[in-house]
Amino acid sequence: MSKSHKIKPLFELSIIGPAILDSIKKLNPKHQIKNTVMFVVLIGSMLTTGLWIQAIISRGEEPSGFILAISLWLWFTLIFANFSESLAEGRGKAQAANLRKARKDTLAKKLLEPKYGSEYEKTSATMLKKGDIVFVETGDIIPMDGEVIEGVASVDESAITGESAPVIRESGGDRSAVTGGTRILSDWLVIRITSNPGETFLDNMIAMVEGAKRQKTPNEIALSILLAVFTLIFLLATVTLLSFSIYSVSTAGSGIPITVTVLVALLVCLIPTTIGGLLPAIGIAGMDRMIQANVIAVSGRAVEAAGDVDVLLLDKTGTITLGNRQAVTFIPTKGVNIESLADAAQISSLADETPEGRSIVVLAKEKYGIRGRHIHELNAKFIPFTAQTRMSGVDLGNGKEIRKGAADAIEEYVKQLGGSFPEELKIIINSISKSGSTPLVVAEHKNVLGVIQLKDIVKGGIKERFVELRRMGIKTVMITGDNPLTAAAIAAEAGMDDFLAQATPETKLKLIRDMQAGGRLVAMTGDGTNDAPALAQADVAVAMNTGTQAAKEAGNMIDLDSNPTKLIEIVEIGKQLLMTRGSLTTFSIANDISKYFAIIPAAFISTYPALGALNIMRLNTPASAILSAVIFNAVIIIALIPLALRGVHYRPANASSILRDNLLIYGVGGIITPFIGIKLIDMILTALHIL
Amino acid sequence: MSINIIIQITIFLSILLLTVKPLGIYMARIYEGKPAGLNVLLAPVERWIYRLTRVNPMQGMSWKTYAVAVMLFNVLGIISVYILQRFQYFLPLNPMSMPKVAPDLAFNTAMSFATNTNWQSYGGETTLSYFTQMLGLTVQNFVSAATGIAVLIAVIRGFIQKQIDTIGNFWVDLVRSVLYILLPLSVILSLVLVSQGVVQTFTPSAKAELLQSIRDTDGKTVTEQVIALGPVASQIAIKELGTNGGGFFNVNSSHPFENPTPLSNLLELLAILLISAGLCYTFGYMVRDRRQGWAILTAMLIIFIPCLLICVHSEQKGNPAFNDLNIDQNVSAFQPGGNMEGKEARFGIVNSALWATAATAASNGSVNSMHDSYMPLGGLIPMWLIQLGEVIFGGVGSGLYGMFAFVIVAVFISGLMIGRTPEYLGKKIEIYEMKMSALILFIPHMCVLIGTAVAVVLPEAKAAVLNPGPHSLSEILYAFSSAGNNNGSAFAGLSSNNFFYNIALGLAMFFSRYWLIIPMLAIAGSLSKKKIIPVSQGTIPTHTPLFIVFLVMIVLIVGALTFFPVLALGPIVEHLMLRGV
Repeated sequence: MSKSHKIKPLFELSIIGPAILDSIKKLNPKHQIKNTVMFVVLIGSMLTTGLWIQAIISRGEEPSGFILAISLWLWFTLIFANFSESLAEGRGKAQAANLRKARKDTLAKKLLEPKYGSEYEKTSATMLKKGDIVFVETGDIIPMDGEVIEGVASVDESAITGESAPVIRESGGDRSAVTGGTRILSDWLVIRITSNPGETFLDNMIAMVEGAKRQKTPNEIALSILLAVFTLIFLLATVTLLSFSIYSVSTAGSGIPITVTVLVALLVCLIPTTIGGLLPAIGIAGMDRMIQANVIAVSGRAVEAAGDVDVLLLDKTGTITLGNRQAVTFIPTKGVNIESLADAAQISSLADETPEGRSIVVLAKEKYGIRGRHIHELNAKFIPFTAQTRMSGVDLGNGKEIRKGAADAIEEYVKQLGGSFPEELKIIINSISKSGSTPLVVAEHKNVLGVIQLKDIVKGGIKERFVELRRMGIKTVMITGDNPLTAAAIAAEAGMDDFLAQATPETKLKLIRDMQAGGRLVAMTGDGTNDAPALAQADVAVAMNTGTQAAKEAGNMIDLDSNPTKLIEIVEIGKQLLMTRGSLTTFSIANDISKYFAIIPAAFISTYPALGALNIMRLNTPASAILSAVIFNAVIIIALIPLALRGVHYRPANASSILRDNLLIYGVGGIITPFIGIKLIDMILTALHIL
Repeated sequence: MSINIIIQITIFLSILLLTVKPLGIYMARIYEGKPAGLNVLLAPVERWIYRLTRVNPMQGMSWKTYAVAVMLFNVLGIISVYILQRFQYFLPLNPMSMPKVAPDLAFNTAMSFATNTNWQSYGGETTLSYFTQMLGLTVQNFVSAATGIAVLIAVIRGFIQKQIDTIGNFWVDLVRSVLYILLPLSVILSLVLVSQGVVQTFTPSAKAELLQSIRDTDGKTVTEQVIALGPVASQIAIKELGTNGGGFFNVNSSHPFENPTPLSNLLELLAILLISAGLCYTFGYMVRDRRQGWAILTAMLIIFIPCLLICVHSEQKGNPAFNDLNIDQNVSAFQPGGNMEGKEARFGIVNSALWATAATAASNGSVNSMHDSYMPLGGLIPMWLIQLGEVIFGGVGSGLYGMFAFVIVAVFISGLMIGRTPEYLGKKIEIYEMKMSALILFIPHMCVLIGTAVAVVLPEAKAAVLNPGPHSLSEILYAFSSAGNNNGSAFAGLSSNNFFYNIALGLAMFFSRYWLIIPMLAIAGSLSKKKIIPVSQGTIPTHTPLFIVFLVMIVLIVGALTFFPVLALGPIVEHLMLRGV
């Protein structure tokens, strides 16, 4: 997990108090019925409590003290299970309370006309509707989610992200979305509100962390079915046991039939209460771990899908390489001197605010002494880069047109103008591409002046992460606008499995669709509006919080840190969630073996003394044997709460070795542990002379 | 364990394993419609059958249509067997003039043979005409086995197909199973059995003068013995091959006219497991990954072999009660030693225990010795093998598709444990498959436990047991285990031909057959519609020793946890008491 986040302690006193109270409130049958396993325990507890009352007012089937002890521990079993759920919810609730503070009612300045400087009226933020236009300035709190339509401002989003560094929000482009509850630090914005009250990002986030919107995920439902069928089988095995016991007593001519109290005790011990009780907590805790990683998942389904991802689509820039490619050399075409190439390159980059553009200006100045000029002095018109033209440049007042861009885009451009693309330059371009750098061709009208070499720098440590992913069976695909040669070189340097070069929104969408048609689950990150279609198509789509509203709406997770490598962490959290469920299921069922050896001889020894041979734990008395099994069954829930909340240990490895390890720990461990535990409890009960 | 035991078991298992691959490939090619010899030769016959029945063999069925076809065909089978029994007196081939069969017994027998259970509340030679045996029972022996294989093939198609709504054509699968697999194998086996002395005749029972007259229970003098005959060999071949198990005679394969020699015994034993074992390979062949077929077969053997050894050991060790009486129970040149009560001298301990284990692991249920007379542990093994759900070989077809339900559960839990939603052979296992598998696991357990629990409190049902003590519980439990898992094996010691048992066991057989077939077909339909996910490092391989062991654990734990309490009150306590604990 990322080091930047503070790990919350598992048990906080402020959470435990309310959680205990809540776990008693949750004994309400209406709540318990949602969980088959625990509902059966509830019915059992009620039944034995009734039998205890009968035992004190008249003759009971067992000594009243024994029935009371069993009943109490059955109630504890329920309370312990509820406690795990309350504790998991409590952690979310604490976070939600913090978020709510950000949602205090603010006065919004509602503009009467959608432009800066228009008159405004003050209205309560709760009265705002979708489509309203508001004005915010230094010190104001942004009243609702919206899109900037005018202005630039620095915004403190720490209320949502926990990150104190301010972010820039401006109209147009990919940084136009603002979130209600965040604060303007400087300058002003005109915002169009994009959501109705109660539907804002903050509202959704609160609901999510509180678990109010929690629905069972498909996998959780499938597991619940499996647990229900185990419960049903054991219910059948114990209920019919009454009839077998009565028959055995009559045919053996000795002893008394098994009592209802013992049957209920046996039933509760056999049904998978450990996993049944902890199942809700595991789900909530999974979401909680996402939140702690500063990722908001729109649904639990998305978290679960994350564990299944086969393919990760990662943008090259900012994820695999450091964002800024640096211009390192100018290589002119034969017959063009290097200064004029540098000059043209610099002019075309003056208005280009991208890091690459700036690095060209810097290189031209440092190496060739070309001083900075102001674009307005030149009476020039800046032609911005678009995904379709894949070129940018300037049209100068004197009729000069300078373009720079990808080789094939420039080639097409000069050919349209009747020029030709020098063959020898193609060789240079190829060699630059092969080395993993990006060639940027500069042309003045139909004359190709030369190439700028932009060098990509692969992030440190990223290669090792991809090796881990490969070991987990996840394929990584690099998405880049670069040409195939450049892409191949960088993909190889970063150790990726595949790449999509010269990506456009259409090719990205097609790639995802093709992979899904082949049965793969695809995850990707995105921030721009042009990512939205691909995000909507991907199975796990992480939108950057700095991204546009469209991207956020298309994704099913939002990364508040806006860190594209977070995807790897998300996959791990998803896997951990499933692994915790699987391991505890195995543990729970493996536990049953020892419980049979505790309860069966105890229950039937009066009919068949020979069955005493099955009492391999040498438990003291039948009563202490049964009670010990029930106590162990309850206590193990409490003991496993930390594991349920934290998740089982995850390490990247192939499926077989993970399965082997977890089977050894939770399967074999699940068989042995209760033998020891029940024996210990029996020894304590005996020493205390309780039974 | 003596060398003799090891040699006999090794020979049996080696021959069985040698047949797996050739038979498996042959069957796979039959269902894939590829040339495999017989299906080229008999193709006109197959076409003629379709023309006559107006079946379009090219038309695929959705799982629902497939299930409707299975049910219609089987219900018609049940009705026809019932009617044949009720009217056999008026029908031909009744040289012994057998009267009509009582309604409850006829119901039980009809259910029993249509469901491939072959529980026999009747005594064949004293109840049924040759006509009923041949047209009713033998026909059902063929088609009930064919139904099981057809359903399995439909399920395998579910694994192979990508996003397809249909799972094959039931009529085609049925015809091919009978025409190319069951019939030819039966013809060969019956001819060999006839050569060993199994009878095949339409003449009425023979009579023989007793050398020494005896008195019967009523005190009357008896001077002659009736020797039952009939068209036996033809029914015995399919009885073993189709995991039916219903004998021509009441004492089943211990009768010298059903199973006369050690060679006939070996061949019949092989026939019991032959097709079920071969189908594992067929499965691997059809899914284009033979390791998957071997994996399941290995899992079956991992359970089968230890159970067999325990059973042999328990019988060979003999009865501790005899030790005090100074009775020699050791093996020697003159005696097989051990517990020979209820066993045939010509088979001895090993071949009796081997038969008991094989016929209960597979849902065959025929016997060549009386399980009721086994030692408590020796009798526990066959009973427990049945209770595991008839998935260790199991019935032809039904054993393997039953095993798939366990595979789905194993894949699901192991998938969770590695942090991935589960898949098997590239097919995602989701809520729907889980629900259906849950039904498949639950229904047989329900039939067995509820049936037994009701029987042990009903006076009428309790009166039918012939032994006191824990053994009587075993007798009732065995009967319901057998019916509730479509095995048909009888522990004996229970007079089950009465109204309660006939109806209760009949219902148990019905539910545990069709309430499993329908969800299984539903799984096939659902899987068939899914995409196939490519294998990656993150996929759990389902052919490795690790997975095989995990699958075995799931089968054993579900079976052990469900039945441990009741077994503790039956054979386990009987064993402990006998050992003087």
